[in-house]
Amino acid sequence: MTGTAFLFRNRIVPILLFALLALVPAYAAFTDDRFILLFVTRILVLAIAAVSLDFILGIGAMVSFGHAAYLGLGAYAVGILADSDIWAAWISFPVAILISGLFALVTGAISLRTRGVYFIMITLAFGQMAYFTATSLSAYGGDDGLTLWSRSEFFDTGLFSDDTSFYYLVFGVLLAVTLLLKQIAGSRFGRVLKGAKQSEARLHAIGIDPYRYRLAAYVIAGMIAGLAGALMANQSEFVSPAYMSWQRSGEILVMVILGGLGSLHGAILGAVAYLSMEEVLSGYTEHWRLIFGPLLILVVLYGKGGLLGLIKGGDKS
Amino acid sequence: MTAPALQLKNLNKAYGALQVTKDLSLEVFPGEIHAVIGPNGAGKTTLIGQIAGNVQSDSGKVFFAGRDVTALPVARRAQLGLGRSFQITAILPEFSVLENVALGVQAHHGHSFHFFKPAATDESLNSKARAILDTVNLSHRTDARAGNLSHGEKRVLELAIALAGEPKLLLLDEPMAGTGPEETRNLVEVLKSLKASIPMLLVEHDMDAVFQLADRISVLVYGGIVATGTPDEIRNDAKVREAYLGEDETA
Ligand SMILES: Nc1ncnc2c1ncn2[C@@H]1O[C@H](COP(=O)(O)OP(=O)(O)OP(=O)(O)O)[C@@H](O)[C@H]1O
Ligand SMILES: [Mg+2]
Repeated sequence: MTGTAFLFRNRIVPILLFALLALVPAYAAFTDDRFILLFVTRILVLAIAAVSLDFILGIGAMVSFGHAAYLGLGAYAVGILADSDIWAAWISFPVAILISGLFALVTGAISLRTRGVYFIMITLAFGQMAYFTATSLSAYGGDDGLTLWSRSEFFDTGLFSDDTSFYYLVFGVLLAVTLLLKQIAGSRFGRVLKGAKQSEARLHAIGIDPYRYRLAAYVIAGMIAGLAGALMANQSEFVSPAYMSWQRSGEILVMVILGGLGSLHGAILGAVAYLSMEEVLSGYTEHWRLIFGPLLILVVLYGKGGLLGLIKGGDKS
Repeated sequence: MTAPALQLKNLNKAYGALQVTKDLSLEVFPGEIHAVIGPNGAGKTTLIGQIAGNVQSDSGKVFFAGRDVTALPVARRAQLGLGRSFQITAILPEFSVLENVALGVQAHHGHSFHFFKPAATDESLNSKARAILDTVNLSHRTDARAGNLSHGEKRVLELAIALAGEPKLLLLDEPMAGTGPEETRNLVEVLKSLKASIPMLLVEHDMDAVFQLADRISVLVYGGIVATGTPDEIRNDAKVREAYLGEDETA
């Protein structure tokens, strides 16, 4: 029986998930519901960030509490370039990814010298640093942020401007990122990350210092979250420091934990569940967090391993 | 005489006022098992840490593979061929037995910045890992989750992981601690078969195993070596009997 649960959790769930997500534009067209299309686009953008966080958290055991900084960096790269009248995505997206990677390299090199709670605190501190830097950018709206008059351009196509094609763009990025990170997780590199999580002393004793591998993973995750940020700027046609707030970092963490750590597609499930619940509950009451908080605790306590963990069995004997 | 595989010169280590290693010198020669015995708290694990690099020596030098490694970090020393097992088992519990050993092989293959090729089906890692599991008689547990092994099996896996790096010297910290008689016998046989190719520094409380395996024995008391000699010499040394073996016999 364990075999089927394992198969279900790791093969059927992700395939089903992506299949359903692929059908959203058709559903939106059928019901003539533009809101659902935009709403799910937003979910998928945040899911990209969540998957990248799961890569370092679930696989590499790096509890980053500053992951929203990369969303902000990517978004501001698009926003600031647009403000200088550079709309081409082939310029702004590579810039967004590169800047995020650089920020991850510098802050990761320092943060990864610490472990545990200190790592959480120092990534939070770097995140807040990015946040306050953004609020001080008075040329770009400071606290209020920056409204984009249009979306990025990809040559003469409607890739960004058309809502449906933009949805598929985001969907495609999420799919590609998930597959890429799954591949990396199964490689020699991924094996080092997973091993270092279990026994740092053992890794050193066989001649592997995990530091460089963790740093590389941290940079990869930062670049992907930066890419998500660039998409987010397009999705909301607006950029503000709130993208980088610690609350946003916390939300992404919750999505990852809610979905179930370490599977990557669990983070997508978590993003869908978290944002849908937020949408539904906040329709009833503005104190929706009072309901959501205990619900989250229940899932984490009883569904050990998050939503994916609710599918029982499948552990190797 | 041939050059020693490992040479320690006047090592010292203190934790506060507690001098744990005192001006300690010893050699391990090729083809030799050099056992270090001594009562609890004598400083055996600390000594292994100083050799492996986990514990920073206050003074003294460690020469390994013909070079001074005193300043090198743990991973660098391991890359040079210093393999070890831990007194407190340090395996990767979520990995299968095969994956544990395959990661050791992988580490020996050079850097691990390979991002795409699946490691789980990499025969260049798995075939060697399987051969090592064969050597230590753990093949029947190849696919088991390492965390689910019995204590004795975990001790054997410790050894297998260390062997995966093709070590030029093994540091073994009580490999037989807590193993059953059958398992101890297996470990003794395996270590015997390996010692011609891999010299070892063996810390062990099981005196039967030590006397079966060791070519030379050093007795460590309060961080200092009180005697070094062949098993027979050590057995008959009055100082040793008083300091260590005597206690053991009345216990
Ligand atoms: N990190 C440390 N800080 C302070 N004291 C320590 C530390 N590590 C070891 N000691 C002390 O140093 C002494 C030697 O410890 P060590 O673990 O090396 O002994 P051992 O010979 O391996 O003992 P055992 O046979 O119980 O394994 C002990 O008194 C121990 O309490
Ligand atoms: Mg000890």
